[in-house]
Parts: sequence; C-alpha cells; structure tokens
Amino acid sequence: MTSAAQTSPAPASGQSSLLDVHRLRTHFELRQWGFLRAGTVHAVDDVSFQLNAGEAVAIVGESGCGKSSLARTLLGLYRPTSGTVRFAGESLSDLRGGALKAYRARVGYVQQDPYGALPPFLDIRRILAEPLIVHGIRNRQEQERRIDAALEEVGLTPATDTRGKFPHQLSGGQQQRVVIARALLLRPSMLIADEPVSMLDASVRVEILNLLHRVQQDHRLALIYITHDLSTVRHYVDRAMVMYGGKIVEQAPVEELLRHPLHPYTEALLGALGDPDPQNAGRFRAVPGGEPPSLVTPPAGCRFHPRCPIAQKGLCDSREPSTRTPRPNHPVDCWMRE
Amino acid sequence: MTSWLEGLARLRKYPSAVAGLLLIALLIATAIYAVTAIPYSEAQKLWRGGDAWQDLPVNAGPAWIDRLHGGEAARTVRASSDDATIREDAFEGVRVQETVLELDFEYGGFPSEVNLFLNSDFESRQPFVRLTWRTPDGEELFLGARRVGATERVSISQDQRLEGRLGYPPQVGLFTDTPPGTSEPAVRQGTYELVIETVQFEEQASLEADLVIYGQVHGLFGTDHQRRDLTVALLWGTPVALAFGLLAAVGTTVTTLIIAAAGVWYGGWVDATIQRLTEVNIILPLLPILVMIGTLYSTSIWLMLGVVVVLGIFSAGIKMYRAMLLPVRQSPYIEAARAYGASNARIILRYMVPRILPVLIPTFVTLIPTYVFLEASLAVLGLGDPVLPTWGKVLHDAQAQSALYHGFYYWVIGPAAMLMVTGLGFAMLGFALDRIFNPRLRSA
Repeated sequence: MTSAAQTSPAPASGQSSLLDVHRLRTHFELRQWGFLRAGTVHAVDDVSFQLNAGEAVAIVGESGCGKSSLARTLLGLYRPTSGTVRFAGESLSDLRGGALKAYRARVGYVQQDPYGALPPFLDIRRILAEPLIVHGIRNRQEQERRIDAALEEVGLTPATDTRGKFPHQLSGGQQQRVVIARALLLRPSMLIADEPVSMLDASVRVEILNLLHRVQQDHRLALIYITHDLSTVRHYVDRAMVMYGGKIVEQAPVEELLRHPLHPYTEALLGALGDPDPQNAGRFRAVPGGEPPSLVTPPAGCRFHPRCPIAQKGLCDSREPSTRTPRPNHPVDCWMRE
Repeated sequence: MTSWLEGLARLRKYPSAVAGLLLIALLIATAIYAVTAIPYSEAQKLWRGGDAWQDLPVNAGPAWIDRLHGGEAARTVRASSDDATIREDAFEGVRVQETVLELDFEYGGFPSEVNLFLNSDFESRQPFVRLTWRTPDGEELFLGARRVGATERVSISQDQRLEGRLGYPPQVGLFTDTPPGTSEPAVRQGTYELVIETVQFEEQASLEADLVIYGQVHGLFGTDHQRRDLTVALLWGTPVALAFGLLAAVGTTVTTLIIAAAGVWYGGWVDATIQRLTEVNIILPLLPILVMIGTLYSTSIWLMLGVVVVLGIFSAGIKMYRAMLLPVRQSPYIEAARAYGASNARIILRYMVPRILPVLIPTFVTLIPTYVFLEASLAVLGLGDPVLPTWGKVLHDAQAQSALYHGFYYWVIGPAAMLMVTGLGFAMLGFALDRIFNPRLRSA
C-alpha cells in the first residue's frame, strides 16, 4: 500500500518499548445482595511484558484465561487493581480527559464478533465517521477522504460500493474489514485484536489475518493478537505469550516457542493442533484432561498443576513457580524446567 | 436503520394499518381545516360568546339526520330590514316608517323559536314600534307595540299573552291555521310577513330589524343549550386533541427513554435511584393528582400537559426500556465506541437509544390516543381547558344538561365518535406497526 507510509506514526526508537506492562492485576469483586463480598475473580494476575513499536505479539490461551480482560485493561476499559501500564512513557492510570482521549486514538481495537462490533442502525460511512467526529474531525470532505482511504486499505474497493451499506448487508469477512478500517482511521500506533477471526468462516480467516499482518507491517503498528488457536500465530507475529489462569506462563519468539515449548501447558496446546500427516490419522495423542482453573479460587501453587502430567507433589501444588530462563530469550514459569 | 423504511413499506400489506393511516390522515386533515378555516380567535369567539350565536337555535339536531328522514324539520330562516321595502311618511314632526319583513316558510315542521332583534339609533327620544303578523292568507295578527331601546330583543315565542290568544305556543300558533283543541296542528306553508310600523321622533334616527325564525335542526352536528354550533367544538377539538396526545406521548417517551438509557449506562446508584423513583411514581395515581391540580390551581390544558409529562417521566416504561437496553449496553459496538473515545452522552443518545427506537414506535403510536382520552376524561370531570373548545368539554356539557335524558343523542355521539375514531385510527396503526417491528409477534 502506497498510502501506508504517510499514515504511519513516527517510529519509536528500538530501545525504549512502546508498551510497558508491569505487574498488572485486574480483579473483579463478586458481590452478594449488592454489597456482601462473595469472592474475587483474578482475571489478570501479575502480568508483565513489554512491546516495542512495530512489534507483533500473540497472547495465546484457552477461554476464560483472562486474555480479553487483559486486552480491555490495556484499552483502559477496565481499571487495573494494581500494577502499571505505560504507553509511550505515560502511565495509563494517570491519563484523564483529553489525554485519555488522545490515548484512545493511538490504540485501535478489533473485536471478535464483527457484526456485534458495528452499530446495526448506521451505514458504513456513518460508522466510520463516528470516531473522526469524536476526535474533532468534522469537515465532511476530510471525513470522506479518510473513510475512503481506510476502506480501500482494507480491501473494500471501490469504497463507494461499501459506504452506503448497512452492516447486515455485508458478509462476516467484509464486516471484519470494516472493523479493521475503523481501528485504523485514527492512525493508531498500537492495535489490539481480540480473537479477530474466531467467529469468521474458515475460508476468510487467512485473508483477514493477512490483512492484519499487512496493515501492521505498512504502518509499523505494535500489534497484540489475542487468540486461542496457536495454529494462526506462526506467520503473523514476532513473539508469542502463553496465558493460563490469569498469568503469562511462557513467552518466546514464535518460532522458538513452537519448536521448543517449555511449559507443559504450551506442549498441550501444541498437541491439540491438527496434524496434517495422514500417517498419524487415528493415532491417539495424550492431551491433558480437566477443566480450566477457577479464577475465583485459583489452585494453590502452580495453577496448572491439577492438569499437569509432570507435576511434582509437594512442590507444584504448594509453591508458585518463579520465572526462569532455561533457553535464551525464553522465560517460563515452571518448576520442572531449569 | 434500513429496517425502518422497510418496515414502513411493509405497512401496505396490513389492511388495518392502511385503514388506521386513513383515519389519522382524516383527523389531521380535519385539524388543518379547523385551524385554517376558523382561526383561533374566531373559534374562541364562536365558542365563548355573545352575539356570535344569537342566530342559532337551541339544542337543534344535525341537519343531515333530518334529511335522512325526509327533511321535514324547519331550518333557521332570517329576514332583515336591510332587504326589506320601507315606506316612509312624515307628518307633524314625526316620521312613520312601515317595514315589511318577508319570509318564505316551506318546512313541514314548526320552528323552535321566534325572535326579533331591533337596533335603533337615536339621540334621546326612543322610537315606538307596532308589530303585526301577516299570514300567507292575508290574515293579520297584532303582536304588540313598544318603545325600543338601543338594542332590543323581542322574544315573540316567549310572549305569554300571545300564547293565550293563539291557544298554542307562538312558534306554533303563528304558523298554523288549525284551530286549537281540534287536532294536531299542521304547518301552513307560504310567505309570511312581519309588518313593523315605526314612529321616529328624530330627524336622523333609524331602526334595523332582524327577524329570526329558529329551525329545529342545524349544521353537521347540531347545537347545544347555549346555541353554540357543536361543529366548531368538534372541528377545533381535533387539533387540540391531536396536539395534546402527540406532545404528551413525545414528551413522556423521549424523556423516559433517555433516563432509562442513562440509568442502564451509568448503573450503580444512578440506576438504583431511577428505579426507586420509578417504583414510587408508578403507584402514584395520575388522575386524582390531575384533578387536584385542576381544582386547586388551574385547568389550563398546557399545565395539564406539563403535569402529565412530568409524572410520565418515571413511568413503568422505564422498566421496559431498561430491560431492552441492558443487553444493548453489553454490545461489542458500545465497547468499541468506548475504545475510540466516545463520550457517555454520545453513547447514550447515539448508540443506545436508536437501537431500541424501532421497537418503541408501535408503543408510541398507541400511546397517543391514551393521552387524548386522558384529556377528555379531565374535561368530562369538569377540568377541561377554560378557553379551548374540546371534545371532552362538549361531553361534559352534554352530561351536565342531561342530554340523553332529553333525547339530544347527537350531543353525546358527536364527540364520542371523534374520540373513537382517534382511538381506532392510532390503535389499528399501532398494532400493525407492532407486528412489523416486534419480531416475536411476526408469525412465519
């Protein structure tokens, strides 16, 4: 895309990271009768990571592991219980009013359900004009220009065909393209995509992932790609983080992670992937059973120990594992890896 | 939303919706006609008073009903000195004028009343008149003689002595040749004359005379006990009723919707306060409060409208809208709007409220007549607007004058029919809209 260069933000220096998440916790109080405390959901529990400008990272985990809560906390939709989120050096919890609005313009958001993400009573032109209006771009011609550019960038060409339509007149893939166009309209420097293809037909998943990858490359966007499907990670991100029970248990460059998974949960996720080799058809693979951990009463010690095939009694079920780095650039939280 | 336009286009498939729309169009046309043909000040004059209705009969039925029966009943006939031949003699310093008012009476029924209105213009000495009734056969009947003030109303049909001489009430006796006591009097049709001999004592003095033979029927809807033409009230009641119903429905629906959306969006104590206020307000009885305000303060229709809207804000609708808006609040598109920085007000007004508007349209349409009925109920209870003619006030007068006991059925049927047409029109349209916009009611 030739238009990409002009819309990309000023590149951050490689040294300091764009996003710095430090010991972030997002907990939700459960209440009975509106005031009695009935428990706490540890949706995001002590999560730390950095993200550089232009870097794409995947957060992988099963349903209910806290991935979406993490995304919403990073977007400023949930207030963190403790810890800090620093974006371009500024602490998110210190941002108020205009500064917070400016932050929202710099972070784009792509949701899981493309149809639900678009107000059904507005046409595409109006849907895309809304963020511009919110951020003070009221000049009609300027709006048209940016909307058309965004629509063309996401492959909805010619833009005039799409502008006047309503969301229900578009296919799921087209709807998701509109959602991506909306996320790009305010020229963000970071994009958070929360399961962007899990509700789409298998046939269009690759297209949408390719599109995300292309815009990420063109605009040098920092991308947080949240998914439960490790198979969609390989070609699109630089680094992957595995989340389990509200914690990040392992992170590594994506090739490293796929080739040398260290955490038994990561191994299990990889084992659950489809195997295209016909020789292996019908072969039974050992996949850990059990259920995702409760985030209200997480298991003591390592949160994975009740399902872990290599858990050690007396250690894994009583003491939380510390982070260690058995391979370079590949930290993991597991007692059994040294 | 396209489904709006699609929904409206689908209306054509519902005969009840088409009929409802026709009725509403008829009402709107009536309202526009009333406002343009009878301007507000004119309507007030026609309804409130004085000379405007002295020419109309009391409690006359609608003319078209009589026509269905053959058109026998008398209409109002007037004769004025402006069109009459005046002979004038002068002698010994006085002028003697003879004015002959001619009128054709061709009806099968007797008139209801006979009045003569005299307007004289003089400096100090009142003129003197002598009245003689001349039948088509040339018989003459002396009706009396009197001095005339500046404006004088001679109620010929109220003349007790004349009634004694004729053996019938004057409005009957003057128009029949059937001798009293023999059989039912029959009308003698033909040209009658009232001869007014005036003695003027001043050079410049003049006299105008108007003879009004009141009919038994009048206009489209008849008249009431104060000679007022009910057509005026029924015509003018239309814009008043529609305006009241529409404004009250818009006022309550819009405010209720926005407050419900704000409660859902902010949640917490805001929502709790709105819900508790609503629960208290729901059990407050609206009609007695309105009666109280009308009795103690003012019955102005605009004050009533204000009170209805204010008390309607925290109505049961809030509960319904809240239930509809709670899932909308969780919509991903609302989350997306927050993520790109939309303000709370924008989310409430532009993203939440429009989402449920299509479902509200039928409720809104059926709400209009309930407020029309409320206004009519207040008027029937004697708390109608003191100035404006409304359907409810006509019903109130009819009830106060025991209209049905006296057989003045048209007095009740007219306004009741207007109210029913209003209710029917909006209800038929509303139910059809409900089928279109409310997916649960749409059968396969």
